[in-house]
Amino acid sequence: MSRSILRTVAIPLVAVVLGLLIGAVLILSQNASPSTAYTALLVGGLGDADAVLRTLQKATPLIFGGLAVAFAFKAGMFNIGGQGQLLIGAVFAAGVGFGIDGLPMVIHLPLALLAGAIGGAIWGGLAGTLKATTGAHEVIVTIMLNFVAGNLTDWLSANPWKDNSGNNIVARTPLVEDSATIPTLGAVPVGFLLAVAAAATCWLVLERTTYGFEVRSVGHNRNAARYSGIKVGWIMGSTMAVAGMLAALGGAVESLGVDGRFEAGVNVGLGFEGITIALLARANPLGVIPAALLVGLMEAGASRMQFKAGVAPELIDVIQALILFFVAAPIIIRWLLRMREDTSEQLQLGAGWGKS
Amino acid sequence: MGQVMKPQQRQLLYAGLTVMLVVIWIFYSANGPQTTAVLAGTVRAATLLALGAMCGMIGERSGVVNIGIEGQFLLSAFAAFTIASMTGSLFMGTVAGIGMGLMMGWLLAAMAVGLKVDQIIAGTVLNIAALGLTSFFYDRSRSLGMGKYTNIDLGPLADIPLVGTVFFSRPPLTYLTMALLVVVHVALFRSVWGMRTRAIGEHPGAADTVGIDVLRLRYLNVTLAGGLAGLGGAYLALEAVGTFSRAMSGGRGFLALAVMIFGRRTPFGAYAAALFFGFTTALQNQFQLNNTFDIPPQFVGMLPFVVTIVVVALSGLVGSMRDPAALGQNYEKG
Repeated sequence: MSRSILRTVAIPLVAVVLGLLIGAVLILSQNASPSTAYTALLVGGLGDADAVLRTLQKATPLIFGGLAVAFAFKAGMFNIGGQGQLLIGAVFAAGVGFGIDGLPMVIHLPLALLAGAIGGAIWGGLAGTLKATTGAHEVIVTIMLNFVAGNLTDWLSANPWKDNSGNNIVARTPLVEDSATIPTLGAVPVGFLLAVAAAATCWLVLERTTYGFEVRSVGHNRNAARYSGIKVGWIMGSTMAVAGMLAALGGAVESLGVDGRFEAGVNVGLGFEGITIALLARANPLGVIPAALLVGLMEAGASRMQFKAGVAPELIDVIQALILFFVAAPIIIRWLLRMREDTSEQLQLGAGWGKS
Repeated sequence: MGQVMKPQQRQLLYAGLTVMLVVIWIFYSANGPQTTAVLAGTVRAATLLALGAMCGMIGERSGVVNIGIEGQFLLSAFAAFTIASMTGSLFMGTVAGIGMGLMMGWLLAAMAVGLKVDQIIAGTVLNIAALGLTSFFYDRSRSLGMGKYTNIDLGPLADIPLVGTVFFSRPPLTYLTMALLVVVHVALFRSVWGMRTRAIGEHPGAADTVGIDVLRLRYLNVTLAGGLAGLGGAYLALEAVGTFSRAMSGGRGFLALAVMIFGRRTPFGAYAAALFFGFTTALQNQFQLNNTFDIPPQFVGMLPFVVTIVVVALSGLVGSMRDPAALGQNYEKG
């Protein structure tokens, strides 16, 4: 058992080290000092209570986004629509958050989260249902839904739900009521705890329930699952709905716990990072947590790195790509570590691409 | 066979084309300048999508999914812009863009074909790396001193009303793209290379048996296809926009994939689909300038994506569309 855990962790760990090493070369190429830069990165992400809070805040939507990709992946589907689902969740949570007042927090906050979750479930479920009923490919449909969600949330925050206070000209909603704001416990945002709970729930559902077994069966072999009596269409539709709900919760937590409102353009790109997280975690719901913490830490420390060492914060994106590359191509690391080949290490998504 | 149409589909296509021409004629007689502007904008937006779709198509016909087109566009646009601004030559910039595209294609092939990395993951690596690298090395002070590519009139053809302005008074890379559509069509469906390419996408095992080196051909095709995306990047930076900005590809690499599927993985089909997407983009821009109907621009902006979803769902309209059988599967010589 411990040996297999070691093997599972070895490759991502070495990948991180290699990513940071190549990153150091890039830092040198900019005439900056790698040790100053990485120290600043670490201090900026872990140095004090504020830094830890920032790291956990950055990690929260990444956990949700990673789960949104990993969960769909278990059923053999590639959810590239995290961005749209996140936007829908963010705008609807904010809508309920500022639109209703006079409710106690125990009702208002869950209601706002629920609004975002339902929006995301519809957004994701639509792609899954279309795939199950018409064979429309979920990659195409979810990409299209990303653009639709972008336009829809722009319109909502620029027209009916626009913040008209003062002389605001930005497309954004008013601030959410206090009763819908997600609190922070010391250095731990409650949204982060929700994300961890969601990851644990996903793992339990996938590994310990009949539904999870059916999801994994569909992921392994759709035809065999159908012959054994599993309702494949229902599994595909519901899996994508759950995935959409997860990504949307990430957006809802951003609106209610970090930004305090929805603002068009603020969350752009965040939904796509879930793909990196899920791949780093090898689509394991529990692995999503450390993967998101790692990336969250780098994002939280990036501005301090720029300030202290003069290194552009975008270095983080390059390092992420490098880590992803080494995780995806474990052959390089196995050669470095003289490890034996293990076919279970290879992640396969593409094989499901051509099947409807 | 993907490119053969059923008679009913052919009738539907002709009927659609006729209706479209009549509608264009009515609009042109009502408001000439605006109709011309929208149609010129259509061709402008379609060029990038057509190049991306051709890149994706050559990969997929060989059995390799390329979701890294977005990153290929972005990094090539960056290379084209940087070299053009350093040398003062748009031509050198274009060459650099294509070169960068080839390199990105080679990298995708090295991962997806050589190292047998999952193809979707390999493409994602390209996208993330491109966004990171271009932002990291982005130098705000650079600009194109000599401006972008300008229109070239094709002699008397350019004087034809409407059609002349829309198709025959364009910048050079647009003409190049139109020529490449024909080249890729002939190569894919009329050459030995094309037949082998389609064979390794449908049944790599059988292709291997008759002596085709599956991995080598996939390597070659994915690399070459990257050159098309590289041209797309050069087009974006040097002809369409005239500068580089962070994340300027704006999702159009993904849209190109939809265009490719919509166009049934054929160059002409993809160009028709690209024109359709380009039309809605141009319409949206026109709406923002001159909003006679009082429709929020965001809703016009949604149109191409909603229509794609509907059309992909009503797949009967697109015909019995089928993916290459070995698409997405890495080939192990058995």
